[in-house]
Amino acid sequence: MATETNNEVKRRSFLKAGAGVAIAGAIGATLAPLRNMKSGTLDGFFQQHYTRLSKDDIQGIITRLEGEIGRDYGAKVTIKDPKPKSGVRFAYALNLSRCNGSRRCVTACVQENNQSRDPAIQYIKVLEMPSGTFDLEQSDHYYDDEQVPKEGKYYLPVQCQQCENPPCTKVCPVEATWKEPDGVTVIDYNWCIGCRYCMAACPYEARRFNFSKPEIPKEDINPDMGYLSNRIRPVGVVEKCHFCLHRTREGKNPACLEVCPTGARVFGDLNDPESEIRYIIKNKRTYVLKEEAGTVPAFFYYFDV
Amino acid sequence: MVKDYVLFLGRACKLSFTGGGPFYAWMIFLTILCGIGGNAYMTQFVSGLTTTGMTDQVSWGAYIANFTFLVGVAAAAVMLVIPAYVYRNKEMHDVVLFGELLAIAAIVMCLIFVTVDLGRPDRFWHMIPVIGKFNFPVSMLAWDVIVLNGYLLLNLHICGYLLFCKYMDRKPTWLFYIPLVFLAIVWAVSIHTVTAFLYVGLVGRPFWNAAIIAPRFLCSAFVAGPAILILAFQIIRRVSTYEIPDKALHLLRNIVTTALLINLFLFACEVFKEYYSGALHSASMTYLLQGLEHHGHTYNALVPWIWTALVLEVVAMIILITPLGKKLGYLDAACLFCIVGVWIEKGMGLIIPGFIPTPLGNIVEYLPTTNELLICMGAWAFGILIYSWMLRLAIPIMSGQFSHEKGIALSMSSASEGEMK
Repeated sequence: MATETNNEVKRRSFLKAGAGVAIAGAIGATLAPLRNMKSGTLDGFFQQHYTRLSKDDIQGIITRLEGEIGRDYGAKVTIKDPKPKSGVRFAYALNLSRCNGSRRCVTACVQENNQSRDPAIQYIKVLEMPSGTFDLEQSDHYYDDEQVPKEGKYYLPVQCQQCENPPCTKVCPVEATWKEPDGVTVIDYNWCIGCRYCMAACPYEARRFNFSKPEIPKEDINPDMGYLSNRIRPVGVVEKCHFCLHRTREGKNPACLEVCPTGARVFGDLNDPESEIRYIIKNKRTYVLKEEAGTVPAFFYYFDV
Repeated sequence: MVKDYVLFLGRACKLSFTGGGPFYAWMIFLTILCGIGGNAYMTQFVSGLTTTGMTDQVSWGAYIANFTFLVGVAAAAVMLVIPAYVYRNKEMHDVVLFGELLAIAAIVMCLIFVTVDLGRPDRFWHMIPVIGKFNFPVSMLAWDVIVLNGYLLLNLHICGYLLFCKYMDRKPTWLFYIPLVFLAIVWAVSIHTVTAFLYVGLVGRPFWNAAIIAPRFLCSAFVAGPAILILAFQIIRRVSTYEIPDKALHLLRNIVTTALLINLFLFACEVFKEYYSGALHSASMTYLLQGLEHHGHTYNALVPWIWTALVLEVVAMIILITPLGKKLGYLDAACLFCIVGVWIEKGMGLIIPGFIPTPLGNIVEYLPTTNELLICMGAWAFGILIYSWMLRLAIPIMSGQFSHEKGIALSMSSASEGEMK
């Protein structure tokens, strides 16, 4: 009798041990992919929203980020945090009669703004449109840019329209994206949670998501970076055109404008009465994309022939 | 009181792991599915959402589709609560708790689905007011966070309180639950309305930017939710001794029937508006129902799915409006058709066409990856697991086999209780 009980106890404890091993094994197997995880820093985890950071905080964060980029990408970079100039209101105009669909702006933007090369992220989409329609559903996003301009087509570059009334900032559940006083809608890449609601909200398809960690060859990295603009983005966050604010806030033109071979692009300060952009808005018959959406873009298109 | 509660928790823990072979098999099976899903999620967590089929063009997919469907399931608990508490229907009163428990499981699944959809789940705390930055009341997603979590808390309280009172064999105090039950009725409508507004509020997506979406959401929810409950009740009847009156099933059947008729009507209204006016914005609906021709390619990945859904819903309608529906076997089939039909129609059938064509007229189709589907499976398995577990505790309490006085007084015959599909 006593041995029987003993055996019973042994059997039970054996079963229990077996179950324990099985459970531990199952948990281990479930978590196995975490072995490939690169852990972030605690400072990064607890970092506060951009608008709550002091100058010193930002300086500390910038130093940390520069170090991380150096470590991950092998490039020595400088991150600045240029602030909007008071009284300035940026706007863009694009002459569709001139644009020849070469997509130079697309490549220049990718280089300037350190977009991921793999997977390829581009802020500017150039649409090949049949003459005689504004119907975007007839556009071709994948035309061959070796053979441009094509007879019977015109070319429509689209990037973030920097709306006066942006649907994207409205929907963001954590205020990770907002409109700056100079009219540029920016994203705090260290605050975005990656829900992609802004992408669903944008009527211009201007936002891109980092589905994986951006890959950029070391020699292709643009080392002059802005905190709210072209620094290399983390995985899992949204990004988009920011009117090259690290350049334009320092008086330069956006990269897409500088490279444009036909001079179709004009950038400037709406509040400056002498600016070219003011001249165009006053004298050309400009229009905006999807005016009916009520977004009030700061991006104007016109034909001048 | 506190001592009693601690004792209750201890016993509940013990009861959770007590059961017959089928119960263990079922729970281990679900746990394994959860583990597989968890493993898939870890892969996604390490590599990013590149492991999914989503793209910049179709930026929401199977996760958000399942989320939308499940919010409806959670909201549908009111279809038991209203008859039970407003009309004081006796049969419903006996089963209303199972509906509220289903709402809890559904909300938990919803929260899992939105979490796995995040690119940066490590930053979830950014949504917590004060320490994070919560864009309330401007963002509809902020509203959704509030209503979903609020609904979860309400139902946890109502179910927990009533079950504990029953366990203690005490009459529940009116003030501690009745006002909350009525609040939960309004709240249930709000969770699905707010979820609909997530989509409706987007000016750049004409397929969603329609006032009919919220009513359609509620109708389809009142089809799928009660249908799931009918099937759940049928299973509870088979695996436990708990009595669920036929009358309760037939009342639910009436609800499913009415809601299904309205749902099909509203769908027809939308189809008419899109097709008859033939306006530019009908492309998404055309993509869904017929597929689109674009630069020489045909895009029609959703066409077989939506027609399957419509056929299932129409067959279910025929069963339900004829005397066939009164036979429980046919009723079960009709419920299954309703669940699958609505899952397709308001899951992928509602989310994906919103992105096709894109606002700039591009067409990129979406196909979930295996990893993505495994995560979905894991989330569902987890929801079913916790529903089974809650029933494992609730059924013996409701039938008086698990109480303060008696402890766990289960007969051997009911050892496999709590098994659930």
